[in-house]
Amino acid sequence: MNNPDPISVFRTEAAELLEQIESGLLDLTRSLEDRDQIDAVFRGLHTLKGSGAMFGFEALAAFTHHCETAFDRVRKGDVPATHELVSAVLSAQDHMRALLETPNGDHDAMSAALLDNLHRAVNGAGSPTPITTVIATNPVVEKAGGLREWRIRFSLPANAMANGTNPLGLLDEMRDLGDCRIIADTTKVPELATLDPRGIHLAWDVTLKTEKPRSDIEDVFIFVMDDMALEIMEVAVDPPATALVDMPVAKAVVVTEREAPAVQAANDSKQAKSAENVRVPAERLDEMMDRVGELVIAQSRLTQLAGTAADLGLRSVSEEIERLSGELRDTMMVLRMMPVASLFSRFRRLVHDLSRETGKEIELITEGESTEVDKTVIDRLADPLVHLVRNSIDHGLEQPEERLAAGKEAKGKVILSAHQTGGEVIITIKDDGRGINRERVRAKAEASGIIQPGATLTDQDLLQLIFQPGFSTAQTVTNLSGRGVGMDVVKKTVEALRGTIDITSKPGEGSTVALRIPLTLAIIEGLLVRVGQGCYVIPLSAVEECLELSLEDDLRSRGRSFISLRDSLVPFLRLRELFRTGTQPDPHQKVVVISTGSERVGLVVDQIIGDHQTVIKSMSKLHHDVVTFSGATILGDGSVALILDVTHLVAAGQQQEAQLRAAG
Amino acid sequence: MSAKILTVDDSASIRLTTRVTLSNAGYAVTEAVDGLDGLNKLKAGEYDLVVTDLNMPNMDGLTMIRELRKLPAHTGVPVIFLTTESDGEIKAQAKAAGATGWLTKPFDPESLVKIAKKVLGK
Repeated sequence: MNNPDPISVFRTEAAELLEQIESGLLDLTRSLEDRDQIDAVFRGLHTLKGSGAMFGFEALAAFTHHCETAFDRVRKGDVPATHELVSAVLSAQDHMRALLETPNGDHDAMSAALLDNLHRAVNGAGSPTPITTVIATNPVVEKAGGLREWRIRFSLPANAMANGTNPLGLLDEMRDLGDCRIIADTTKVPELATLDPRGIHLAWDVTLKTEKPRSDIEDVFIFVMDDMALEIMEVAVDPPATALVDMPVAKAVVVTEREAPAVQAANDSKQAKSAENVRVPAERLDEMMDRVGELVIAQSRLTQLAGTAADLGLRSVSEEIERLSGELRDTMMVLRMMPVASLFSRFRRLVHDLSRETGKEIELITEGESTEVDKTVIDRLADPLVHLVRNSIDHGLEQPEERLAAGKEAKGKVILSAHQTGGEVIITIKDDGRGINRERVRAKAEASGIIQPGATLTDQDLLQLIFQPGFSTAQTVTNLSGRGVGMDVVKKTVEALRGTIDITSKPGEGSTVALRIPLTLAIIEGLLVRVGQGCYVIPLSAVEECLELSLEDDLRSRGRSFISLRDSLVPFLRLRELFRTGTQPDPHQKVVVISTGSERVGLVVDQIIGDHQTVIKSMSKLHHDVVTFSGATILGDGSVALILDVTHLVAAGQQQEAQLRAAG
Repeated sequence: MSAKILTVDDSASIRLTTRVTLSNAGYAVTEAVDGLDGLNKLKAGEYDLVVTDLNMPNMDGLTMIRELRKLPAHTGVPVIFLTTESDGEIKAQAKAAGATGWLTKPFDPESLVKIAKKVLGK
């Protein structure tokens, strides 16, 4: 960069300033009270002093300083502008030229005489004020000695940000000094309604480990030091643990408390590796689950109350409790989880026995044994699974010679597998046997009066018939199955667990029965909807999507009750009509599409309120024949919402579709 | 993008020194010759930092700082003033006017850059 030499620029500038000062002084000799000229002379002297010091003209700067001081007093009205003073400064100004031209010359005697003259002019013929030279006093530099720990507590004036101070910059500067732990103290933050977003309402507690001296820490705050609250204390490094406990902020103490048990627990776990498992009676877990359920309800009421209150403190406590109860619930769920291995293991013996009894060669393959399921699910699924496995072996698998004739291995396979998808666990029982004979199922169902002769049924509906009470296709009743009790019990049990059963079967290749069971039983994520005046919960795991039922769709579909969803027709049920609410529909009705495996149905509701965590309460014995609802739950405001039974509603929707189809 | 700094000083030599120092440190520097000129430039553009002298003809630094704090675009912009006064009185006045910090003249180039970095943050 081709910049001119600053010193020559200064010389030119100083010459101009001196001319300006001179002409000002000359004007003043004519009218002593001319404020503008007094100001102009003062400014000239001031600039000359400041710039002179910048560019190495120390003697000029020091000398000019005294003239400036004198004129400052005139400017402020401390002393009157007199002819003596003006002429003293005029002669001083000539000397300044000399100081400018030969800065290294010997001017001391002249300077002293002129200043003496000046002081007499200012103070009268009295005692001259002692000549003081401005020397910047360097702060005493502390010796940097090793790593020291400081505790710094500070708060800034509320308007600091408006005046250009960046609090984050201050924190960054402290981080640059060394290892820094910063905690913001939010206790002074006003309520949102009264909060001035431009102000600073925080205070900070900083623990800083640095080798730098105290003055470096003070330098961080140099511009705000006079207006702020700042405490800098050195902490004895020896017992580092006390540093945090002593922190004068409640938050810091909380942090310590939280960390301490964690450390403790870590130590304990090291010492007590052998005692990792504790056996607890199952009912205690159930009791605890109940308590957690109650807590979740109470918490959601609290959240609702806090949401409407302006009390910030209450809100933050409520958020904390929401988080804690969520964690507690998750922990509780995990406590109740058991790997399905414990369920699958019992089938080895069963298969072995069955193999000997039936003379069939069977290989049992289990997959996904580490999948974890709620303990209750394991307990309740044991019998249905035994039944399904027996069924596969008894009805599905062929005798070895029959298999060989069909081109299969002599040894039949039964595969038991479990895997988790989202909030569900899917347990499948698959065999490579002969598959389900549809004709025989139909014949049997017609014979036992389950369906009308010649009724139109989808393949899935036909297969589902085997779960009807009193249905059995076994031509000979064996010891194992085919007693006509069982499959309907299997279905009931699975549905009681809020699960569903799907069957797929290919003639000659085998059948697969898939049980989809929700992971947890006591608490579900639900979608809260409103129909008429009442609130209802739809298990979120069953919800596929929500859409608006446009008026046109509504009118067009009347009587048929189908919506077109991406090229497929989905039947829907108007819950308002189903529940006979007797209210007018909302103008913008919504459709919640729910599904159980392959079947879908839309539920028309008035309003979708949102996500709701639901603790399921079973309904009383008086209501055991109510099929539309699987339970009830208590909402945040204490009112009751019924939980929709998805399986039943899907079935009802499909049935309606079938009827409409039959009617043409 | 380099931070934009406005320097306001009636002394050509100080302006030259601050400009050279700050541009060498990588900042984009605009100069103004007094408070009035400075205020007009502040009204016309946006700056990340203002470095200003206090004693200036036409409009002094204190008045300029007060006026600039009334400009919505410049509330919160750091303002560093240059001062030769070592007493606290002028500092208190400047801070009341809305200044962020100060630099005492005479200053060396490093301390100017250091202070610019300090108030601009990282």
